[in-house]
Amino acid sequence: MSILVDENSSVIVQGITGREGGFHTRKMIEYGTAVAGGVTPGKGGEWFEGKPVFDSVESAVKVTGADVSLVAVPAAFAPDAICEAAFAGIRLVVCLTEFIPVRDMMKVMHHVKQTGCRLVGPNCPGLLSPGLAKIGIMPGFIATPGNVGVVSRSGTLTYEVVYALSQAGMGQTTCIGIGGDPVIGTSFVDVLRLFEEDPQTEKIAILGEIGGRAEIDAADFIREHMTKPVAAFIAGASAPEGTRMGHAGAIIEGTEGTAASKIEALRNAGARVAENPEQIPDLLR
Amino acid sequence: MNLHEYQSKARFAEFGIPVPEGSVAHGSEEAFSLAQQAGCAVAVKAQVLVGGRGKAGGIRLANTPEEAREHASAILGMYIKGHRVRSVLIDPAASIAQEIYLGIANDRAEGKPVLMASAEGGVEIEEINRLRPEAIVREHVDPVAGLFTFQAVKLASAMDLPRKHWRAFGQIVAALVRCFEESDAELAEINPLVITEDDALLALDGKMVIDDNALPRQPQLAALHDSSELSAAEEMAREAGISYVRLDGQIGCMVNGAGLAMTTMDMTLLYGEASGIGPANFLDIGGGARADTVATALRIILQDENVKVVLCNIFGGITRGDEVAHGILTACEEVQLQVPMIIRLQGTNAEEGSRIINDAGLSGIHAAGTLTEAARMAVDAAGKTL
Repeated sequence: MSILVDENSSVIVQGITGREGGFHTRKMIEYGTAVAGGVTPGKGGEWFEGKPVFDSVESAVKVTGADVSLVAVPAAFAPDAICEAAFAGIRLVVCLTEFIPVRDMMKVMHHVKQTGCRLVGPNCPGLLSPGLAKIGIMPGFIATPGNVGVVSRSGTLTYEVVYALSQAGMGQTTCIGIGGDPVIGTSFVDVLRLFEEDPQTEKIAILGEIGGRAEIDAADFIREHMTKPVAAFIAGASAPEGTRMGHAGAIIEGTEGTAASKIEALRNAGARVAENPEQIPDLLR
Repeated sequence: MNLHEYQSKARFAEFGIPVPEGSVAHGSEEAFSLAQQAGCAVAVKAQVLVGGRGKAGGIRLANTPEEAREHASAILGMYIKGHRVRSVLIDPAASIAQEIYLGIANDRAEGKPVLMASAEGGVEIEEINRLRPEAIVREHVDPVAGLFTFQAVKLASAMDLPRKHWRAFGQIVAALVRCFEESDAELAEINPLVITEDDALLALDGKMVIDDNALPRQPQLAALHDSSELSAAEEMAREAGISYVRLDGQIGCMVNGAGLAMTTMDMTLLYGEASGIGPANFLDIGGGARADTVATALRIILQDENVKVVLCNIFGGITRGDEVAHGILTACEEVQLQVPMIIRLQGTNAEEGSRIINDAGLSGIHAAGTLTEAARMAVDAAGKTL
């Protein structure tokens, strides 16, 4: 079992004929993901790697029955692409796109919430259910099937921990990067709830960072609702207060956003907090 | 991107918010003649992109043009939190009856902008927020529908603003929201918004932060970028699309991804703090960086003379280990590498990258297997130089 995506997920790629979209489509097909086709307005009727290309998500869904979409288009087009997928009845939209203005994402979320669609991202590496499906850009070879659920705000830090878990012989149910932007579709709490409900997931690793209060909300949820063991790491303890560290999300505001306050909240909620991400496998043994 | 006070207020004025008719001076004689033209008492205000100007002595009142010249010459060239003052704003002084706070910022948890207003404006607004948050009234703005007129009335009423000011206040709130939205701002703040002794409302100070991601579609605002506020290394990073923040440690870090970059910094401090060793910088080369970006990143790191060792931690996803290796070799050919470098490559094409580095046979370059090992090696190498 896994959360959100498995071998039955039928995926379309919005931007399949683009450089990024094309590259990752090939990697996803190599991994065994059921890619049903793609969308590039104006290129409907063409083929890419043996998969049909459509002009719209609506026609792609009608023909292929796809239920998941990967958005891999530039920031100027991504807000439109997400809404198009949501309105076409897609169940899960994963948006890789970086640099989307916050104002656009606020509008997008307003529209997505009117549908039954779940958005993961933007500015995220996507999801990987080892051995079943890869939707996004996580390198497939670092993950192995198992019983640990991994959720993170970061990209490469996720790879670091997934790799360490695999090296320690601890496989994963699903690895999911929710994205580092200020406004995102799926929160830590949303994913923790799914892991708690998933019978195959027995332990959870959560990787946060400075800025915002998503980890504080996660700590509240862990304390009140989680029965499974959780290990955590918070990046940015060494960042001086008031500085912005690249991610739109990684800005320290007030005391709530500091690494220290997040670590304390998670500890108080019963999570095992690592001071080094490579300790996470040991904390979950 | 942060805007200067004078830039923010000029933007406010474009949307119809009343602001003092001030001008910017770059020298004390210019300040003198601007004050003379104003023909009244003026405020001489340092234009730097940091808070706390008042406390640092960067804002002074001058009753005569001579005083304005004197203040300007004291303020110009001074450092406020490490930022050198290069210009001053000469604003006609206002007669203040009351100071109000009015601001709008993105509330990420709600996914909506939030208006904030308080009858107790002035410099201590953060203190008020900490001690008595109820003294600041809040109103979320719908990202699709925009502001409703009744919301401005709600704010005015909740902050006990005298009724005779409601109309003018409502117009300023509406203008500020439009300015915020149409500028793709993350923050637009008037502090203080003053009620003058002749009952007019005036935005005495202004601050705006623009969403960097929106700058491509806001060319007018992007052109306001003040490169004199950036060091040469920061400007180089900005041009190459690299995120770089200089810190005060000895270990220069080159990493892909912001989360992993912070983690790598954290590890150098975790193992080095006891011996006074820590990160020299935050540096994220971005996703899918090519060899030339990697080479630029290494040059930026080596510009910092505090750097005693370079720690390169790359976990390849879309970034490829072989591209990184080529970039490192290119940079090493140009700059004589005077400090040891610890390289840890993992993920996509990592083995090929390691082979390229090994084949080059450069001295002073050491490979590490794990992040922990890499951080410890960097701390040890830095320790030997202390």
